[in-house]
Amino acid sequence: MSILVIAEHDNASLKSATLHTVTAAAQLAAKTANGAGTEVHVLVAGLNARPAAEAAAKIAGVSKVLLAEDAAYEHGLAEPLSLLVTGLAVHYTGVFFPATTYGKNVSPRVAALLDVAQLSDITAVVSADSFQRPIYAGNAIATVQSKDSIKLATVRGTAFDSAAAVGGSATIESVTSAANPGKSAFVSQQLSKSERPELTAARIIVSGGRGMGSGENFTLIEAVADKLGAAVGASRAAVDAGFVPNDYQVGQTGKIVAPELYVAVGISGAIQHLAGMKDSKVIVAINKDEEAPIFQVADYGLVADLFQALPELAAELSK
Amino acid sequence: MKALVAVKRVVDYNVKIRVKADNSGVETTNVKFSMNPFDEIAVEEAVRLKEAGKLSEIVVVSIGPAQAQETIRTALAMGGDRGILVQSDEDVQPLAVAKALKALVDKEQPSLVILGKQAIDDDSNQTGQMLAALLGWPQGTFASKLVLDGGKLEVTREVDAGSETLSLDLPAVVTTDLRLNEPRYASLPNIMKAKKKPIETVSPADLGIDASPRLVTLKVEEPSKRSAGVKVGSVAELVEKLKNEAKVI
Repeated sequence: MSILVIAEHDNASLKSATLHTVTAAAQLAAKTANGAGTEVHVLVAGLNARPAAEAAAKIAGVSKVLLAEDAAYEHGLAEPLSLLVTGLAVHYTGVFFPATTYGKNVSPRVAALLDVAQLSDITAVVSADSFQRPIYAGNAIATVQSKDSIKLATVRGTAFDSAAAVGGSATIESVTSAANPGKSAFVSQQLSKSERPELTAARIIVSGGRGMGSGENFTLIEAVADKLGAAVGASRAAVDAGFVPNDYQVGQTGKIVAPELYVAVGISGAIQHLAGMKDSKVIVAINKDEEAPIFQVADYGLVADLFQALPELAAELSK
Repeated sequence: MKALVAVKRVVDYNVKIRVKADNSGVETTNVKFSMNPFDEIAVEEAVRLKEAGKLSEIVVVSIGPAQAQETIRTALAMGGDRGILVQSDEDVQPLAVAKALKALVDKEQPSLVILGKQAIDDDSNQTGQMLAALLGWPQGTFASKLVLDGGKLEVTREVDAGSETLSLDLPAVVTTDLRLNEPRYASLPNIMKAKKKPIETVSPADLGIDASPRLVTLKVEEPSKRSAGVKVGSVAELVEKLKNEAKVI
């Protein structure tokens, strides 16, 4: 029996979270008793999604790609998708979703329809039935055992390396669509337009907090981010204050990131924020309050007024 | 039109939690508890819909120990009409909570169920979606805006790339995200009034569900700690260290 990864994609290409999820699935496959016969399959459900399926077929370690094409899957609606995945899941010992808003939306529906418990946001595969996952905003790590016949999990991307996007040569098999309950319809989307990298895929992130004082002042953050080719993030406090949209939010209930370099500006370092970025390789904190808790996790701390430090930093990076 | 709102009693978000010495869990004795913050947003949204004349009654449900009565009472002080406590001292996991809520939905027949997207203790983010699946209802998760119009509910959702809007048939399940609203503080007169509002107590067995845990927690540990690094004196020194010491830029 094999492991099924549910791909996140935009029909044309795969989202990077899919690659991290494949790595977690491969780890589970390797730890399964008859590991040799356990394969990793990927489901691509969408409309005109063959390009995404072809990309999935190239991922190293993937043996088969299931392609389900239906207008009902175009926008990732949870109701029809969960029925599709539930129908397929009975042939698998594990079903893994990326722990993104896409995966988190659909996965628990599948769990309920299968009557199995879900493991949310796993950060390690301990054995064929045990997994680690953070609780209390990452202030504790639980090792949890699932006794269900299907291990259904969402996978925290930052905890698993990305599988190689090339090197595989999986077969692509078309699968029949499941029924569409038809009780939900996609109306519109308002995507944040940005030339900068995506937060969860960025190598460098510069984030602003309540200390920024206003949304306009985020231009200071953006100037530094552009010099570094970085993504722009924010603390919950900055989102709550209306400075920036919610999709900038890094933290327990926002995005979980682990870039090479994380620069926290005007962020005090509430546990809710640390939960989202403390696995970053190098953390820099710029804050005028030298007692701010962010300095307890920062590799490099600069006690300074951000309104002076940020323009200076942008200038220094231009040298 | 009736709404059911689910609220969870959790360790207060300001509490710095401690892992128990025997690694069996997190210390919860002598710790402040309060309503899960996302559930406060759920209660507030229901109260606003009622104030706008879109809802006639708000039933507040909690699943947990006897003390979860206090959490229900808080929701009643914010504007809920009556409460139901499904009392259990066990670790009631999301699937069991969803089953308990389904049993109550079957009995109460609400048109709308609103819950927080995630509880800040186990960080599962499952219950609303599970409930919707068990009921065969559509769902609007991570909601930042609700428009209730006739038999349809338009939900704007927070997604990783921005936001999206869905149109759902009623009845439906909604889970709340941060920007949906800013919950009110209950006024003293409303707190007094809430003391007279009815709270019914039932057991999982009364609802015909098995609430025993499906996932076994083998151990709970402290995460690896990050140690504080160095303070730098200037922006120039910071850039120099990032270039030559950390080698990240």
